[in-house]
Amino acid sequence: MKSILPGIGNPAWAGNLGVRFGMTPAFLHDQHSLLEDWRHYMTRRLGVKVEFTQRDSYRETMDLLRLNQLDFAWVCDYPYLHLRHLVRLLAVPLYQGKPVYHSYLIVNARDAQSRGIADLRGQLFAYADPYSNSGYLVPRYQIHLLGEDPERFFKKSFFTWSHRKVVEAVASGLAQGGAVDSYVWDTLAALDPELTRRTRIAWKSPGYGFPPMVAHRTNVGETDFQLMQELLLGMSAEPEGQDLLKRLNLDGFSVQSPELYDSVAEMMRVFGEYDPA
Amino acid sequence: MYQAYTDLKSTLVTSATSLGSTLAQTLIPSLLHDDVWRGYEIVRAPFRERDPDNPVQPEVAMVVTTSQIIFVSSDPDHYPMLQEVRAAGRDFAQLADAIAPSEIVPVMVVEPADSERLFVAVPMIDGGARLGTLLLVYSRSALYAMFLRSALGAGLLGLVVLAILLPINWYWGQRMATPLVRLAQRMDEIPDRLPEHLEPELYNYHDELGRLFEAYNRMVEALHEKALLERGIVSAERLAAVGRLTAGIAHEINNPLAGMLTALDTLKLHGDLDQRTQRTLGLLERGLLQVRDTVAALLVEARQEKRDLGRQDLLDVKTLLQPAAAKRGVRLEVEVDVASLLPVPAGPVRQVLINLLNNAVAAAEPGGWVHCVVTSSDGNLLMEVRNSGEPIPPEHLEHLFEPFVSYRQGGHGLGLWVTYQLVSQMMGRIEVVCDEQIIGFTVSVPLERDEVTA
Repeated sequence: MKSILPGIGNPAWAGNLGVRFGMTPAFLHDQHSLLEDWRHYMTRRLGVKVEFTQRDSYRETMDLLRLNQLDFAWVCDYPYLHLRHLVRLLAVPLYQGKPVYHSYLIVNARDAQSRGIADLRGQLFAYADPYSNSGYLVPRYQIHLLGEDPERFFKKSFFTWSHRKVVEAVASGLAQGGAVDSYVWDTLAALDPELTRRTRIAWKSPGYGFPPMVAHRTNVGETDFQLMQELLLGMSAEPEGQDLLKRLNLDGFSVQSPELYDSVAEMMRVFGEYDPA
Repeated sequence: MYQAYTDLKSTLVTSATSLGSTLAQTLIPSLLHDDVWRGYEIVRAPFRERDPDNPVQPEVAMVVTTSQIIFVSSDPDHYPMLQEVRAAGRDFAQLADAIAPSEIVPVMVVEPADSERLFVAVPMIDGGARLGTLLLVYSRSALYAMFLRSALGAGLLGLVVLAILLPINWYWGQRMATPLVRLAQRMDEIPDRLPEHLEPELYNYHDELGRLFEAYNRMVEALHEKALLERGIVSAERLAAVGRLTAGIAHEINNPLAGMLTALDTLKLHGDLDQRTQRTLGLLERGLLQVRDTVAALLVEARQEKRDLGRQDLLDVKTLLQPAAAKRGVRLEVEVDVASLLPVPAGPVRQVLINLLNNAVAAAEPGGWVHCVVTSSDGNLLMEVRNSGEPIPPEHLEHLFEPFVSYRQGGHGLGLWVTYQLVSQMMGRIEVVCDEQIIGFTVSVPLERDEVTA
């Protein structure tokens, strides 16, 4: 289905089945009205129907990409590296002006002592997702740096399948510590300060490449790749896009090279998960 | 009260069992996959909209493994995961013993002594094996508080309802019971004496009860009329008997009396009687004459003179009575509204009217009045005589028309007797009515012929 909106003199969308965009817990993906507005925005800009496919775990979105059921996805950097042969880096969000985010080690607000992962030895720990960089890979790497086995370091650990729920688990006392995406925690601090106030950031990781938007290498042709990239990059240049970015708590999108994620790849290599080939 | 508490508790257990069974089933995959977060979300589900005053809502829900370790609880601050259940408190230790057997048991309610908690333990069973236990912990004090509140609430509500109902009850009681009791009393009196009417203000409504009272009053009226009628019949019969007796005696006396008087006359005609004898004979004659007068008075006979009653006869009566009335200071009014000639015997009618007016004038107090109306209608001559004055006592009314009954100073007690006899002989009726201030006699005499001469 082809339609060209007035004012957009660009080449038309080549794919004719609509756009399938996978959304993941890389951001607060349960803001349904925001997602709906963003989807309408894309549909109008591209002149082709855009569908968002939400999944609660990275693994499910990764599987959909592998099964060719998605054209684009907003994934964590860690899944991106896993799938780097299947997907291309489309755009990287700019958060506080940079394509960078951190992992926060959070503890319950009543815990005033803990300053790092070492203080949580033998405790209960909440991970976000086994394919989350900030919510899984980073804390495990920190344990590794302590010379410990991440599988035996805690009394017990579990996954909440979302960064927001890691905050809830730590706030409720279910876990003594957890690891979250700094972007999600900061955004949550603005949206639900009651919740984040019950937790405390005990440690902040170095910066990592921000969870990127990726395009399926075979599903998305060059024209469509360009159109989508231009759409994302152009959002910060006009009011409606700016409004959406503001609600996403982002400054815009940028084009980055895959080297941005080298530090993540380095951590993966430690656990035998990255093959440079 | 104990029942209410037990009911409340059984409500709690029922609610807990249904909640627990649902939760337990849902929690099994979490337990099997060691998915703590999903388990936490499930056990926390009943607390999303927490109402602290609802005792049917548990305080805590937790999943306990077969090794008596908390897998996850809805309140991780107090019941952290991996903690041993028995470490949570003395009552928890008792509970742990109760749920320790690993065989499959139904839902268990555990109320450890000296504990303010009540536990509902729902076994989590999958594939015929017991994987763990879902524990719902309830606060007994919340249960008591709820019970007390509901008991107090019920009590207060009861009082409020009473406060509203009592006056209404009282009102209805007043309105219905009181008249009914009065009615029953009156009905009880019926065998002994004539009942009285019920006061109309006693029950002023025309509903079923009102109709009952109206019917009662109609019955009382009928009874009174019947009694009156019976009394009238008895009285008439008695008077008739007395009349026959009197007439018989009078005739028996009259015959020898006439002979004695004739003999006296004869004796006086022959003269040459000495003074003493003459005096004795005079005495005898006066005595016999008095006897004759008395007997004559008793032996009332409307002599069948054929003269019809004229209007003037009636007007004469007024003229005759006027002096006596004036002497006593009584205002006498006689209204005559009849044809000039009426087919009734003039003498007896005049006598009757004279007697009645005489009595009325005598009975009226000085300054009082006597009012007489004579009319004719429906083939009857009607004479009504009314006077002001003291009413006749009821006990006197009964014997009013009997001979030698006088309730007045100076009366010989034959006036009304004679009147009654005369009216009876003319086939008429005499009635007396008497109320507070007015005494009235009504006499009706049938006209002998239908035609009335104008």
